[in-house]
Amino acid sequence: MPLKEEQKLSDDQKERSGVSRRSFLKALTGTAAGIGLSQMINPALVSAMKKGLENHPVLWIQGQGCTGCSVSLLNSVEPSIAKVLLDIISLQYHPTIMASEGETALHNLYKIAEEYKGKFSLVVEGAIPLAANGKYCIVGELDHREITMVEMTTEIGKMAGSVLAVGTCAAYGGIPAAKGNLTQATGVQDVFKKFNINTPVVNIPGCPPHPDWIVGSIAHLLTKGIPELDSDGRPLLFFGENIHENCPYLDYFDQEIFSKTFTDKKGCRLEIGCKGPDTYADCFRRRWNSGLNWCVENAVCIGCVEPGFPDSFSPFYEKA
Amino acid sequence: MAGCKPEAVPVGVAGKKIKVSIDPVTRIEGHLKIEVEVKDGKVVDAKCSGGMFRGFETILTGRDPRDASQIVQRICGVCPTAHATAASLALDDAFGVKLTNNGRVARNLILGANFLQSHILHFYHLAALDYVNGPEVAPFIPRYKNNDVRLDAATNQVGVDQYLEALEIRKICHEMVALLGGRMPHVQGIVVGGTTEIPTREKLDDYKNRFKVVKKFIEEKYLPLIYLLADPYGDLLKTGSGHRNCIAHGVFPLDDKGNTLLKAGVYTDGKFSEFDSDKIKEYVKYSFFADSTTGLHPSEGKTVPDPEKATGYSFIKSPRYDGKPHEVGPLARMWITNPELSAVGQKTLGVKRMRDVGDAAFSILGRHVARAEEAFLVAKQMELWLDEAQPGIETFVPAPIPENAEGLGLTEAPRGALLHYISIKDSVIANYQITSATIWNANPMDDMGQRGPIEQALIGVPVPDVDSPVNVGRLIRSFDP
Repeated sequence: MPLKEEQKLSDDQKERSGVSRRSFLKALTGTAAGIGLSQMINPALVSAMKKGLENHPVLWIQGQGCTGCSVSLLNSVEPSIAKVLLDIISLQYHPTIMASEGETALHNLYKIAEEYKGKFSLVVEGAIPLAANGKYCIVGELDHREITMVEMTTEIGKMAGSVLAVGTCAAYGGIPAAKGNLTQATGVQDVFKKFNINTPVVNIPGCPPHPDWIVGSIAHLLTKGIPELDSDGRPLLFFGENIHENCPYLDYFDQEIFSKTFTDKKGCRLEIGCKGPDTYADCFRRRWNSGLNWCVENAVCIGCVEPGFPDSFSPFYEKA
Repeated sequence: MAGCKPEAVPVGVAGKKIKVSIDPVTRIEGHLKIEVEVKDGKVVDAKCSGGMFRGFETILTGRDPRDASQIVQRICGVCPTAHATAASLALDDAFGVKLTNNGRVARNLILGANFLQSHILHFYHLAALDYVNGPEVAPFIPRYKNNDVRLDAATNQVGVDQYLEALEIRKICHEMVALLGGRMPHVQGIVVGGTTEIPTREKLDDYKNRFKVVKKFIEEKYLPLIYLLADPYGDLLKTGSGHRNCIAHGVFPLDDKGNTLLKAGVYTDGKFSEFDSDKIKEYVKYSFFADSTTGLHPSEGKTVPDPEKATGYSFIKSPRYDGKPHEVGPLARMWITNPELSAVGQKTLGVKRMRDVGDAAFSILGRHVARAEEAFLVAKQMELWLDEAQPGIETFVPAPIPENAEGLGLTEAPRGALLHYISIKDSVIANYQITSATIWNANPMDDMGQRGPIEQALIGVPVPDVDSPVNVGRLIRSFDP
């Protein structure tokens, strides 16, 4: 699969970063069949990001989620997550990994937001419940008062330079907003609309998103500003291509050879429920977990990056 | 009382109670608040509040039963494989499908790899900052002024180095999950009837090569570091005992006759008994759920939230076994299974088996010891599963959706016992109930006035400085909520 032009490093970037041709080529061909964008952007952008580090802290807050997006981020290959944490992102607030807790943590959150007003990026993971005055998600307590996720998202969101809605829950509501939910779980964009907040939002959906999508989008934001987005607010860089049309098993589809069960791999997975035709993401090329596997190779695509997930894609499986 | 500041009463006044609350409790999965009362430097009362509700039960109702194994994984991004396993076991039961041997082994390899991932992640990336000072940059600062880290600079550096190395190791564990499960978090590979991908020789070799690196890390880094902490933090082997009741559902089937690597069982008031899922009931007097739904078995369970309920202080229900609170997790499993400890464990503690540790096992550090020893035990067994796994042999048995059926899935997440119950009517989900590990551990007081396990374990925990209640966090995180 050829790379799109914007995914390639420009020549001057290569020179600046001092990456040897050999290691650059190695990065390009590093994983089995996938090519990690973060592998390419890393050497060139790390130095630029280091400079921006002091002026552009990242605050990461969590609502109705499962922490899966954060865990997926930990699987970043190149740059490694250690490098991301120590050299690339000044992560001033993250409930799952920060040392501090309670009021110490919350004071720091609000202090950084004030100090870097209009400059910092807010990452939101998880949906924001609006029912019962937001009481379905309490994210902390400050000065004897409970803070709801909707309060925190709108208060900090107003002050942010940009917001990354990481994961399908934060982007579109996702699983907590599925049919049958009682909490009015809502994505960031819709919350901002309701509260007239104009801070720009980049959606990085996926249940969870690929680590490259998160790191790549943050890197883009820190160095070049907001990436080009599709009509659902997603970076075209990662969500511009249809899974089915680019699927390695497309030939089977064209020949009308279809898998009949999960473990029958000699066929297109459409008849056992694959949602590749309705799904836009580069999983077919990037693959997951260091490029070792991906959903369609293993089973089927369930459309987890799409605004309609999960209801528009349920049932996930056809007769098996 | 917010934060960690004393309210009105000056620190250290004898006989006076000081309320201290921590919200958010960080380095856990989810939203938790702890409020404790401290008297004469020790916790005398505790309230544990789960601050978030999504309502998976109502979301699942009306769906294709097979969607459950995907949707329930989104309960927890640290242990989705366990929820997929519990859902698939409940569906296997309801569909009446019997796995192939290779299907059973493949599921064990997927779940096992994530057990190792979760235990390593938990100790190094969630708990370790209670014992080791991280680098002087965010997110490792700010921290409590008086955070009671007792390591010399060299040992602290070992901790920091291992924190960073463990980031790589846990990633490798996820690669192992993905080789057979498709991707991680949120695997595609665990479904009713087995797994979706027949392992190839190449994939098994890829898995094995990664596994060797992880096993070496557990043996040479994780286990020794845990025992290294036993010296400077020895008092934490005597702190946080709680009810001393525990329960395990059993996990990692070794055959199709119900034998498991980690055994099912119950330990109550000093006595062991067989586990009987009929004895579980969930209470909601202090939970934000309608009082009319209290005292029900999960198979009759109802999920009717009432977020304004006056007596409520948590979105977590309070499950009780035979009317009593029980803790779950690695300590519960290791206590009930009672395996031989690792060589370093035997040498450091001077005992042979888990139960020989005695009272000290039910403690802050005891729970970490049990978790690390369990990682060692599971890793040993995974080597055998790798030999047992057959390339090219079927792992999946197709089965039609029954019109009406019910099923029970009992397994263990890394953080403890997990129960999924499904009732199918007209080929869709009529009721789905989940009793997860953190529900068992982090629940509020029940209708009978008994504290939840974490609440009870907090009683007596030393808080010499209410501005830095570090032992409260240590206790909570020892449960891996």
